[in-house]
Amino acid sequence: MNILYDEALDGPLPPVDKPRLLTALRALLPGVSILHTAEDLRPYECDGLSAYRTLPLAVVLPETVEQVQALLRHCHELRVPVVARGAGTGLSGGALPLEKGILLSLARFRRILDIDPKACVARVQPGVRNLAISEAAAPFGLYYAPDPSSQIACSIGGNVAENAGGVHCLKYGLTVHNVLRVDIVTMDGERLTLGSDALDSPGLDLLALFVGSEGLLGIVVEVTVKLLPKPEVAKVLMASFDDVKKAGAAVGEILAAGIVPGGLEMMDNLSIRAAEDFIHAGYPVDAAAILLCELDGVESDVAADCERVREVLLAAGATELSLARDEDERKRFWAGRKNAFPAVGRISPDYYCMDGTIPKRALPFVLEQIGALSQQYGLRVANVFHAGDGNMHPLILFDANTPGELERAEDLGGKILELCVEVGGSITGEHGVGREKINQMCAQFGSDELQLFHAIKRAFDPDGLLNPGKNIPTLARCAEFGRLHVHHGALPHPELERF
Amino acid sequence: MDADRSQMLQDRVRAARADDTPLAIRGGNSKHFLGRTVDGVALDTREHRGIVSYEPSELVLTARAGTPLAEVEAALTKRGQMLPSEPPHFGAATFGGMVAAGLSGPRRPWSGSVRDFVLGCRLIDGQARHLRLGGEVMKNVAGYDVSRLLTGSYGTLGLITEISMKVLPVPLHRRTLRIVIDAAEALRRLADWASQPLPISGACHDGNALMLRLEGGHGSVDASSSRLGGEIVDDAFWTQLRELQLPFFAGDAPLWRIALPMTRQLPALPGEVLIDWAGAQLWLRSEDSAAAIRNAVTELGGHAECWRGATAADTPFHPLPPALLALHRRIKQQFDPQGLFNPGRLYAEL
Repeated sequence: MNILYDEALDGPLPPVDKPRLLTALRALLPGVSILHTAEDLRPYECDGLSAYRTLPLAVVLPETVEQVQALLRHCHELRVPVVARGAGTGLSGGALPLEKGILLSLARFRRILDIDPKACVARVQPGVRNLAISEAAAPFGLYYAPDPSSQIACSIGGNVAENAGGVHCLKYGLTVHNVLRVDIVTMDGERLTLGSDALDSPGLDLLALFVGSEGLLGIVVEVTVKLLPKPEVAKVLMASFDDVKKAGAAVGEILAAGIVPGGLEMMDNLSIRAAEDFIHAGYPVDAAAILLCELDGVESDVAADCERVREVLLAAGATELSLARDEDERKRFWAGRKNAFPAVGRISPDYYCMDGTIPKRALPFVLEQIGALSQQYGLRVANVFHAGDGNMHPLILFDANTPGELERAEDLGGKILELCVEVGGSITGEHGVGREKINQMCAQFGSDELQLFHAIKRAFDPDGLLNPGKNIPTLARCAEFGRLHVHHGALPHPELERF
Repeated sequence: MDADRSQMLQDRVRAARADDTPLAIRGGNSKHFLGRTVDGVALDTREHRGIVSYEPSELVLTARAGTPLAEVEAALTKRGQMLPSEPPHFGAATFGGMVAAGLSGPRRPWSGSVRDFVLGCRLIDGQARHLRLGGEVMKNVAGYDVSRLLTGSYGTLGLITEISMKVLPVPLHRRTLRIVIDAAEALRRLADWASQPLPISGACHDGNALMLRLEGGHGSVDASSSRLGGEIVDDAFWTQLRELQLPFFAGDAPLWRIALPMTRQLPALPGEVLIDWAGAQLWLRSEDSAAAIRNAVTELGGHAECWRGATAADTPFHPLPPALLALHRRIKQQFDPQGLFNPGRLYAEL
């Protein structure tokens, strides 16, 4: 299935006179890099969802907020769509360019503007890398908590756009919980401050609405994040299980026992073997599943919690338990999990990473169904989860050189996401909808909800020029893909918009 | 008792729509003193009540808007869990009112706010559509995060009928310390402690002493408590603070809630001050003018809400810059084109 922008389903885009636009932009933004040759545009044709590529009309790399404002004001006047891009590491195609649109790269906004160790906040430009914030805060004993696996490369602006998570979300939250304030520029060139330097701000919580809005409501030009004191110690327990269901049940038992681990991850046998083969983390390759449980905090509490978790895990049927002896072993345990994706990449020519969330109680059922789907489609699926918050990352193994396999992998992926919705979960826990899951949104929400989302978009961007086609599907698209979602017993999408 | 009255509520909104009659939404009416007066027909949510689902191992609770907050908290307590943001009751608060007002208690700087724990909700909007937004899972980035936008919107965007919240285990151990130092010294110490991994979950200077709450395992609470000093006192202080029942709050003097950056600089204003949230929230009793208070607070990067007294009757909530107010109006227009829900409660223009 092709998910590139389709004007018949996603809405018509205004025609653009490229030479005239380039001349105007050069005059408007003297000294600003504007790329427009096919060769220069190539590196920008996709983000982390590399199966889909489109060359943008042009790439603009401003360096000041005023330039961003001028660019947007001008594009607004000329009705030229704008797609924002941070580091381009997103996995859902949120920064996939439009043929008739400008790609606005925030890569040159790389400065950490201020770190205030007494207030425990950092004020940074949107192009600053996630990990760079923690590195800059480290001398003060502080760090920035959300740690998506791309944290070496991904930018904080992109994290805000996607509401990025990571392996420590259960205890420390997502981006929305760790950002105090963002400064944005709206499509008409207005600079607005959402949130504040205080813990709340007057009026509606537009900061919460904005985080995760995937570049559809505004462009992030400055971010103030909270910094946390580094936990005194972190310990990791690894538990093996001979049955995936027992491992799933153990997750709920730990939480019900009153323990909130810093990280609680699960891997199935295929992922364990791939990771062990690659990283030599010391994983038990015969186990049906392993749980990695990280406990962090003050030393004496962590020691006590380790004891309690150990009891819970044994009672839940763990066949083997090991506590990382030292920091080296702890890092090795994590390295296996953090490299699960590339490890799977070594055992299959291609893999497709899914990102669904389910209530934890549904884990055994969902795993069983994924197993059945895997057989039905004839494609292997390796399962890794942020088990503590029910966020699953099934990896579908396929070979793009075998005709039809990519399509089969995508179909299988779609089925897995619909399964997540069916059990009361979500089609995306942290990767975003972007273009990738635009059709599954029709399963997640009814037409009433989708209409409200479009209405919210209109309040910020009435002409629909910011990142059109992403995040929220048109009702026409939902009807076309026939993923009709019966909502409150009524047939959905009664009032179709047709282009 | 427990009943799903969403159909009745939806009918009420349909009728209001047909008659073009604004609605004044109320739950327990416990926060009636906050915000501007609404001219509308009362719509009481309290018949639509009951916990819809609660599984401790999921750390998620879903309840109807009219459920008494006390009932939700009792169910959680029974299973050793809690609403970490410590929302105030102010009498008979409902679960829906807790979200609509979005007020958090003393633990807020460390635990997060009510909005931080909202996972999803159901909403009847201005077209009388009953919508399902967000969900019951902890990580969910599908669509816009409307549930969190609704938190603290004072019912101006629609009628919240059901909410799912993330909940957390009650800490194993708790201790309250009273350290007799002045406010300036308290703020200095709090600044030093901020970057250290201490189990602090409450920090208030009540004018006489620094009150500290420690929560965590026995080991960390014991170790920190002997390090930080002071005398051990009753934990009931935090409930009295949350409910504004401390002697400081008594009487009729105009009362302001002031939110400040974590820089721990205080505005120079006449009146008495109680410092909460380790300096990020001040309570001010002052006869000074709204303009003077707001100027001083804005200069420090904060904002000021008038919780009692007529000094700012028309603008109890801190006024918005024009561009932001315009955006608020456009959002209100999309959710509630006829202006049916709590018109004017937040701002005259909404």
